[in-house]
Amino acid sequence: MKLEEFQAKELLARYQIPVPPNGGVLTQGEDISNALRRCGPAPWVIKAQVQTGGRGKAGGILLVKTPAQAREAVQSLLGKKLVTAQTGAEGILVRRVLVEKTVEIKRELYTSIAIDRKKGMPILIAIAKGGVEVEELAQSSPESIAKLEIDPMSGLETYQARSLLFTLGLYSTDSKLNQERIQFFKNCAQAFLNLDCSLLEINPLAVTSEDQLIALDAKIILDDNALFRHPELKIMESGGSALEQQAKRAGISYIALKGNIGCLVNGAGLAMATMDLIKQCGGDPANFLDVGGGANLAQVTKAFKIILSDKNVKTILVNIFGGIMKCDLVAEGIIAAVKEVNLTVPLVVRLEGNRAEEGLRLLTQSRLNIVSIKELKDAAQKAVELACGVPTPTFS
Amino acid sequence: MSILIDKNTRVITQGITGEAGSYHTGACKEYGTKIVGGVSPGKGGTFLEDVPIFNTVREAVQKTGAEASMIYVPAPFAADAILEAAFTGVKVIVCITEGIPVLDMIRVKEKLKQIELNSGKVWLIGPNCPGIITPEECKIGIMPGSIHRRTSALRTKGQVGVVSRSGTLTYEAVWQLTQLEIGQTTVVGIGGDPILGSGFTEIVELFEKDPETEMVLLIGEIGGSQEEEAALYFKEHMTKPLISFIAGKTAPEGKRMGHAGAIIEGGSKETAQSKITFLKSMGVHIAPSPTEIGVTVQKVLKSR
Repeated sequence: MKLEEFQAKELLARYQIPVPPNGGVLTQGEDISNALRRCGPAPWVIKAQVQTGGRGKAGGILLVKTPAQAREAVQSLLGKKLVTAQTGAEGILVRRVLVEKTVEIKRELYTSIAIDRKKGMPILIAIAKGGVEVEELAQSSPESIAKLEIDPMSGLETYQARSLLFTLGLYSTDSKLNQERIQFFKNCAQAFLNLDCSLLEINPLAVTSEDQLIALDAKIILDDNALFRHPELKIMESGGSALEQQAKRAGISYIALKGNIGCLVNGAGLAMATMDLIKQCGGDPANFLDVGGGANLAQVTKAFKIILSDKNVKTILVNIFGGIMKCDLVAEGIIAAVKEVNLTVPLVVRLEGNRAEEGLRLLTQSRLNIVSIKELKDAAQKAVELACGVPTPTFS
Repeated sequence: MSILIDKNTRVITQGITGEAGSYHTGACKEYGTKIVGGVSPGKGGTFLEDVPIFNTVREAVQKTGAEASMIYVPAPFAADAILEAAFTGVKVIVCITEGIPVLDMIRVKEKLKQIELNSGKVWLIGPNCPGIITPEECKIGIMPGSIHRRTSALRTKGQVGVVSRSGTLTYEAVWQLTQLEIGQTTVVGIGGDPILGSGFTEIVELFEKDPETEMVLLIGEIGGSQEEEAALYFKEHMTKPLISFIAGKTAPEGKRMGHAGAIIEGGSKETAQSKITFLKSMGVHIAPSPTEIGVTVQKVLKSR
């Protein structure tokens, strides 16, 4: 679960990690003067709360000096579609803005904690420069990136944090300041471990004119699997499209894509492979959808409804490999679902595995507009053909 | 021969009284697996049909001599179940459970390292995996037994070892092999999570050492760098051919494709295309599409 900046900062503050004074989040119509009063004296910064990088360049972060300017900035951002390098042309809708006091800074740095899959450990990364592209830097000058393994039981040790101060040029002659800075990094690690984060990124991490470390911007991704331990964080859910969230609640993994062939598959690996096959046959998948291992009638119906809410879908391809799942039961589910949702687009079904023959027979007998095909390759080709309206050349 | 498990492997089920645990214990038993007991705290002394149930893994191991365990315990308690098995000396632990927090798995792996220092290697398979099967001998997991086949029609040797991050895609691949009358020594589903007990390389290494396995089929997907690590091992140490299919050419960046581990996070390096290019450069045979996994293996087998 990806959090918005203001949510991430709220969590950081709970772990004594300094963030800029803020006046809260505005959504619509609220009076801005209270928010500005909470921030303290001008200048302020109005920040669009959207989950994408490159907000600043796209005009999603506005510096304002008077209440009138602030009001105008809030109005211009709310309801706007922000187009950044990462969103594509359709942009991303701004529903909330964060009002913050600007902070005078001396220096910008970068730090983040993530799971290193290869090492199987949380890793803290820090760079002496802020606002950098970490990936690019990892290629061009890997030596400028400090990396520390965090013990998953005990967190970041003091000696580790102290070594960071030296690498980042943050070690000072003032020992109290050093203590504070060591604590800053230790708190980041503690927040990461306690909150079950997959990512905690502070970029930029800044040194204020008063020599304090502060999180100017923050990004947190929480491990969905660990949310049962953090019921209080569940309400922060806001990422993903409405459809993706609807699917999630039904136990279905769904990701919308740009094509016109809807896919309904059991198992994530097979679902990806099915999309790949459609592409190879010259078509374009409209979605990734894993209906789950023990998909029942309710889930199959829900899956059809979700796929059909995408108006681009011209054909649906169902690919089920019955392991534990019995294909005849799946077929019954498909037939009932097709009747219930009153399916108007062509449906191609491929069933294989456990009781596949019986399942295919049921589909044929149903007299519904269902093309059932046993070979996956033929099924994919048929779906592409139906979506394009013309026969496609076969691939080899 | 096979790897990890065979007809003599004595198996217990942790979480045997749950819906999945009891169903699959029955299915594995029917397949021929030596299921010698189950664990369900508070249900000790009862039976699932004729399978005795114990309160703790220690008791189960003492009374039955079990050496392998399959885990169906719900996600919030699964990490603890893995540790209980490992600390009791169970050497092959197959965790089917999906949805275990990443940090739980990281802590489990740290503790496994300590255990292994004292009492040798523990093979943790999964979590979030279909399990392991040595066809016609032993099935520990949820895969359909009937799609597998042990012997190859082509020649006495000629079996393939299969290792995969996926469930149904593995069934698809295995079914293609079986239809082409190509046998499998052992099929290992290592799981779809970002932090796994055993990785591709470790399992590929076991297949390399197994005299019955003639070649290895590796089914990978987007995310992480396990496929590349296995390919490097192949290039440097392997005498047997490695064939691979990588799923997710059409997967967009930054989206989790069902499996917790199937997400392109490390930029262009973790995409299907980049993995395929790298694997090819290491000399790995690549199946061009998910429907051509079987025939690609067959081609390599026939060319030897």
